[in-house]
Amino acid sequence: MFLSLSIGLLALLLVNISFGSVTIPFKDVIKSLTGGQADKSTWEYIIINYRVPKAITAILVGMGLSISGLLMQTLFRNPLAGPYVLGLSSGSSLGVAFVILGTTLVPSFLSPILLSSYGIVLASVLGSFSVLLLVLIVSQKLRDTMAILIVGLMFGSFTSAIVGVLTYFSSAEQLQKFTFWSLGNLGNQSWTSIVVLSISVGFGLIMSLFSIKSLDALLLGENYARSLGLNFRKTRFIIIFATSILSGSITAFAGPIAFIGLAVPHIAKLLFQTSNHFILYWSTLLIGAAIMLICDVISQMPGLEVTLPINAITSIIGAPIVIWLLVRKRKTANGL
Amino acid sequence: MKKILYTTDLAIGYHTKKDKTVIAQNIHLELSEGKLITLIGANGVGKSTLLRTITGIQKPLAGEVILKDKNISAYDLVKLAQNLSVVLTEKLPPSNLTIYELVALGRQPYTNWVGKLAPEDLEKVMTAIELTNIQEIAHKKHYEISDGQLQKVLVSRALAQDTPLIILDEPTTHLDLHHKVSLFKLLKKLSQEMGKCILFSTHDIDLAIQLSDEMIVMTKDNITQDEPCKLIEKGVFNSLFEDEAIVFDREKGKFLFK
Repeated sequence: MFLSLSIGLLALLLVNISFGSVTIPFKDVIKSLTGGQADKSTWEYIIINYRVPKAITAILVGMGLSISGLLMQTLFRNPLAGPYVLGLSSGSSLGVAFVILGTTLVPSFLSPILLSSYGIVLASVLGSFSVLLLVLIVSQKLRDTMAILIVGLMFGSFTSAIVGVLTYFSSAEQLQKFTFWSLGNLGNQSWTSIVVLSISVGFGLIMSLFSIKSLDALLLGENYARSLGLNFRKTRFIIIFATSILSGSITAFAGPIAFIGLAVPHIAKLLFQTSNHFILYWSTLLIGAAIMLICDVISQMPGLEVTLPINAITSIIGAPIVIWLLVRKRKTANGL
Repeated sequence: MKKILYTTDLAIGYHTKKDKTVIAQNIHLELSEGKLITLIGANGVGKSTLLRTITGIQKPLAGEVILKDKNISAYDLVKLAQNLSVVLTEKLPPSNLTIYELVALGRQPYTNWVGKLAPEDLEKVMTAIELTNIQEIAHKKHYEISDGQLQKVLVSRALAQDTPLIILDEPTTHLDLHHKVSLFKLLKKLSQEMGKCILFSTHDIDLAIQLSDEMIVMTKDNITQDEPCKLIEKGVFNSLFEDEAIVFDREKGKFLFK
C-alpha cells in the first residue's frame, strides 16, 4: 500500500511538472530535470524556475496541512477539526488585509514596499504568528481542551470581522488583489521562499513525528492517556505548536488553502481502516502530497487559457468528500 | 502479605480560593498484594475524590499516600504508570481502535518513542487477553462490542500495563447481573492467581460482601476498612445510608426495605 502510494506520488510529480499553460514535450521535461539540454532554453527555464518550485510547494503544502489536520482531529477528538480551527489563517488574512486594503492609511512612499510579494508574505507571517502566540498563551491557561477550540473560532470570527470592515472601505482594485491572495497560490515562489518553507514545514513534521505515541494514547481520552504516563499539558503544547508552525508558514507563503487539512486525514483513515498514528502519519503525508499535486494539475488544465485558483479546486474536491463522510458516519453505528 | 499502598493521616477534599473543603480526614487505608478490595458508600460521599487522591490525580489536603514505600507525588509519570493502572467510568472517544490495539496501548509506559511493541510487550498483551478471555473479540473495533465485553477489555488493558495495583471506578455499573458476577469473579481470579491488588468502587454491596477479601466502607463520618464478615459484626452497614427505610439484615448479609 505504502509502496504503491509512493510510486503514485512520483508519477504524479512528473505529470504535474509536465503540464502547464506552455506545452512542453515529455522528453524535454525529463532532459531539463536530469540536467540535460532541452530543445528550447525557455522550456528549461520554465521547468527549473517555475514548475519545479511550484510542485515542491504543492508537496510541502499538502503534507503540512494534512498532518496538522490529523493532529487537530486527534487532539480535539473531533472529526471536523482541521489546521485552521486554531484561527491561524484568519490571523494571516488580517495581516495581509491590513497591507493590501489599508494602504490608504500609510504614507504613500511606503505602499510599494508593503505591496511587494515579500511585504505580503511578511504581513501574513506576522498575522499568523501573533495569533499563534495568543493561542499558545490561552492554551496554557485553559484546562479544558474543548475551550481552546472555541477560542480559535472566536479569533477567527473576530479577525474576519475586522477584514470585513477593511474591505468595506477599500477600492475595487485593492479588493481584487486581496481576493486573489485569499484564493491561494502555489506558484511564483522564489527558491529562497521554498527553502524557508521547507525548513519550517520540515520542523513541524518532525515535531509531529515525535507526537505519534502520545496521539495513540489520546485515542483513549485525556484521563487514560495520563494514566499511561503521558504529560498531557506538555503534549498538548507540542501538538498545538507543531500545527501552528505548519499551517502558519504554509498560509504565509501560499495563502489560506482550504479543505486539504480536513479531508486528507479522513481519506487516510478510510483507506487504512486504522487509528494507529504511525501508519496514519505516513499515509496522510503521502496522500496529502498526492492530492495537492492533483489539485494543482487540475487548476492549470491544458487547453485552459487561465490558471484556476487552487483554493477553488481543493474545495470542489474536498467538500463532497466531507459530506460523503458525514453521511457514511450516520450509517455505521459509531459507539451507539 | 506485602503492603502495596497505604495512607497515613490522609485528608481529602478540595482547595477553593483561600478556603478548603474537607470531605474526609484521618484516613488510614492499607492495600495489600493478592487482595480484592471494594470501596462502597452512598452517592456523593466522596468515593471518587478518595480514588482520585490515592491515584495521585488530586493532591491530598493533609497526610500522605505511599505507593511501594514512596510518596505518590514523588513518582514521575511513567514510573507511576508502571505501578498503578486504572479503569475509568468515562466513555472512549470515537476511533478505529481494535480490541487488540486497545489492550496493547497498556504497554505504553514500557515502549520506545514511537510506541513499538517489543517481543516482551506482545507476550504481555497476549497473556492479558487470555486471562480476561477476550480472544474471540480481539479483532473487533471497540465500538462493536457490548458494555459487558468492553469492561473486560478495559480490565485486560490494565492487566497489560503490568502493575501491582489496579484501581477501577465503578466497573459494574450498567451491567446486567450475569455480567456483574462474571466481572467480579474475573477480578477475584486476577487478585488470587496473579497476586494483584485490586481496588474498585461499586454500588453492588450484596455482591461485594460475598466476593471481596476486604471492604472500605465510606460514610459521612468515617472510613472503615476490614473483612466483610467483621464489618457485619461491627454493624457498619447500618450507617451506610441515612435512610430509615433501608435496614441491614446481619443474618442474611443483605439489605432489606421496610
